Amino acid sequence: MSVRRWSRAVRWYLRELTGEADYDRYCERHRRRHPLAPVPSRRVYEARRALHRETHPQGRCC
Amino acid sequence: MPTSVLPENHPAVPEKSRMRSLVLWSAVSLVGAVAWGVLALARGERISAIWLVLAALGSYAIAYRFYARFVARRVLKPDDSRATPAERLEDGVDFQPTDRRVLLGHHFAAIAGAGPLVGPVLAAQMGYLPGTLWIVAGVIFAGAVQDMVVLFLSMRRDGTSLGQMARDEIGRAGGAAALVAVLAIMIILLGVLALVVVNALAHSPWGTFSVAMTVPIALFMGFWMHRIRPGRVVETSLIGVALLLLAIVGGSWVQNSSLAGTFTLSPTTLAFCLVGYGFVASVLPVWMLLAPRDYLSTFMKIGTIALLAVGVVVAAPVMRADAVSQFAGSGAGPVFAGSLFPFLFITIACGALSGFHALVASGTTPKLIRKESQVRLIGYGAMLMESFVAIMALIAAATLEPGLYYAMNAPAALLGTTAESASHAVAGLGFTITPDQLTQAAKAVEEQTLIARSGGAPTLAVGMSEIFSGVFGGTAMKAFWYHFAIMFEALFILTTVDAGTRVGRFMLQDMLGNVFKPLGRVNWKPGIWLCSALVVAAWGYFLYTGATDPLGGINQLFPLFGIANQLLAAIALTVCTTILIKSGRLRWAWVPGVPLLWVVAVTFTAGWQKVFSDDPKVGFFAQRARYADATDAGQVLPPAKSLDDMHTVVTNSTVDGVLIVLFLLLVAVVMANAAVVCVRAIRSRVPLPTTEAPYVASRLDDSERVGEPLAGARS
Repeated sequence: MSVRRWSRAVRWYLRELTGEADYDRYCERHRRRHPLAPVPSRRVYEARRALHRETHPQGRCC
Repeated sequence: MPTSVLPENHPAVPEKSRMRSLVLWSAVSLVGAVAWGVLALARGERISAIWLVLAALGSYAIAYRFYARFVARRVLKPDDSRATPAERLEDGVDFQPTDRRVLLGHHFAAIAGAGPLVGPVLAAQMGYLPGTLWIVAGVIFAGAVQDMVVLFLSMRRDGTSLGQMARDEIGRAGGAAALVAVLAIMIILLGVLALVVVNALAHSPWGTFSVAMTVPIALFMGFWMHRIRPGRVVETSLIGVALLLLAIVGGSWVQNSSLAGTFTLSPTTLAFCLVGYGFVASVLPVWMLLAPRDYLSTFMKIGTIALLAVGVVVAAPVMRADAVSQFAGSGAGPVFAGSLFPFLFITIACGALSGFHALVASGTTPKLIRKESQVRLIGYGAMLMESFVAIMALIAAATLEPGLYYAMNAPAALLGTTAESASHAVAGLGFTITPDQLTQAAKAVEEQTLIARSGGAPTLAVGMSEIFSGVFGGTAMKAFWYHFAIMFEALFILTTVDAGTRVGRFMLQDMLGNVFKPLGRVNWKPGIWLCSALVVAAWGYFLYTGATDPLGGINQLFPLFGIANQLLAAIALTVCTTILIKSGRLRWAWVPGVPLLWVVAVTFTAGWQKVFSDDPKVGFFAQRARYADATDAGQVLPPAKSLDDMHTVVTNSTVDGVLIVLFLLLVAVVMANAAVVCVRAIRSRVPLPTTEAPYVASRLDDSERVGEPLAGARS
């Protein structure tokens, strides 16, 4: 596999793993379900996500 | 790690690929068998760590290919035509069908932490062979099975938690006992893990500075990700990792500057710092500290573990420890007291079998699975990876000179404080290290002393610095790699402490909410503060007693931690076995049932000995009696130095002993309740009702999406 393909694969994996790509998916979903409503900005989305994380703690193991 | 998931009900395989598979698996078996043979036959001569790696990897591959597949196909029967909760309840937040390779990374990052790194290091006192055998056999037949089965069962129940499953499937008494046990066990776990950090950082300005710097770094990252460039996690994490490396380099400078005194802290001071930090971290908004720290920790975790694997393979260090040490038989080892059975099996918990994983496997992960058959890769596969981490930790400890290992891990009371006294004490144990060698070893990693640095982290760090400096950078880089390893472990543990405190707080709020309503509300500030303070105070108590225990905190508390963790595994396996029996799969109940019997035998024997043993080194109450009698007679027994110390020992051993009794009782309640349910299920003509979600046909395409950048690549 070429270097470019590798770096793209790594980037894809990291974006997926960290949840950075979630916003893209969210936008796509939003457009599909509410085609007329404007898509919330990334800032708004991330703020909501942080709020959600606040009430849904995730355990980390030992 | 084999990642290709074969379709579970696949049609006839072409002859050619069948032949290739036959050849491949014969070769894998052969390599594994030869490696085990070398391990078994090597007596007296030193062997390369490569054999350990090969034996483990060969066994994992075979277990994944055959046993995991058998358990999945015959026992669990995943059905890829059935929609998973991620598909049915997709909301883009909690439920989201996720690529299996990404989810494997997620799940691995959630289950792997300091546990598999610390336990094997302590267990190295019995030699590397017993530990290796337990790690490999334990993960294959118990640990990975538990993770996979819990993951599957929770997935079939829309991702309900272990406690909830216990209540739904076993009953109210069992459920309540399980809930209390989970909270109590978590408190002990957090206290002991925090103690590992305290022991690693005590009197080490370099380590203290670089770990302290993780707080401003995380705050900066949080601010950057939340305010300046929202959601840019990857770039922020890369900046964070770079800053972290700078902090490690900076620690060297701080150590040699006038600031050194500020960062040279005693264990007691460090314990208070950690308690304060834990409280603040658990009430601050998640985005500020916890989330960025979590990303940082994930990146460091995956990076360092990969680095360690490369280091072990390239440097191919020689095992210097005995295969089976004298302490395996006598049970009189200085690191932890007690005989091989049961104490080896509770000292190595994570890496072989860890009850804590059941909490992760029944929470976030089941809500993200795309296809049912992927539980094999995610549940079983991730646990195999964690087990491999444990093997590498064992290698790092066993490549050290035994003399140095015991000088670092025996209790301070035995070793004294000078290189001469430590050298003398080690000679008394039957190993040799000269005072000069000890001073040199400390100097090489730029620590004031390596004597009695128990807790596992410093030992692992010295081992890792040996391995890394053999591959990258030579001896000049040894001190850097040592502090890199310390930082990496402390980072893991502090993340676990943050997250655990928060989870504990929610559980406590949930329980107390039944008594006083407002406490249960997750946004009532006084309730949040009160519950956070209670959780922090609870683990802080164990941390403080551990840091000040005259008998050595790790020596006293680690068995408690191991028993607690394995008891949680007993609860999880009980839930698994009960559900299998209730759903008419009595025939396969042995799959979780045999590991359950084993872990019950281990924990109850260990618990029994800890409570009733006459040997004051093993039994908490015998220890209590010995010190209480001496105190009444006005005597001070070494290692205690004053009557205050004597009182401390009496109090600590009482608390620890009572806790063990409490844990065993709670688990016995869960199991008794489960046994009643199982008998009822076996006698009943019609299957008892379970809470499995009804079948809904999946509309997701089974085959991987085409055109994905990683398609065909192995993770």
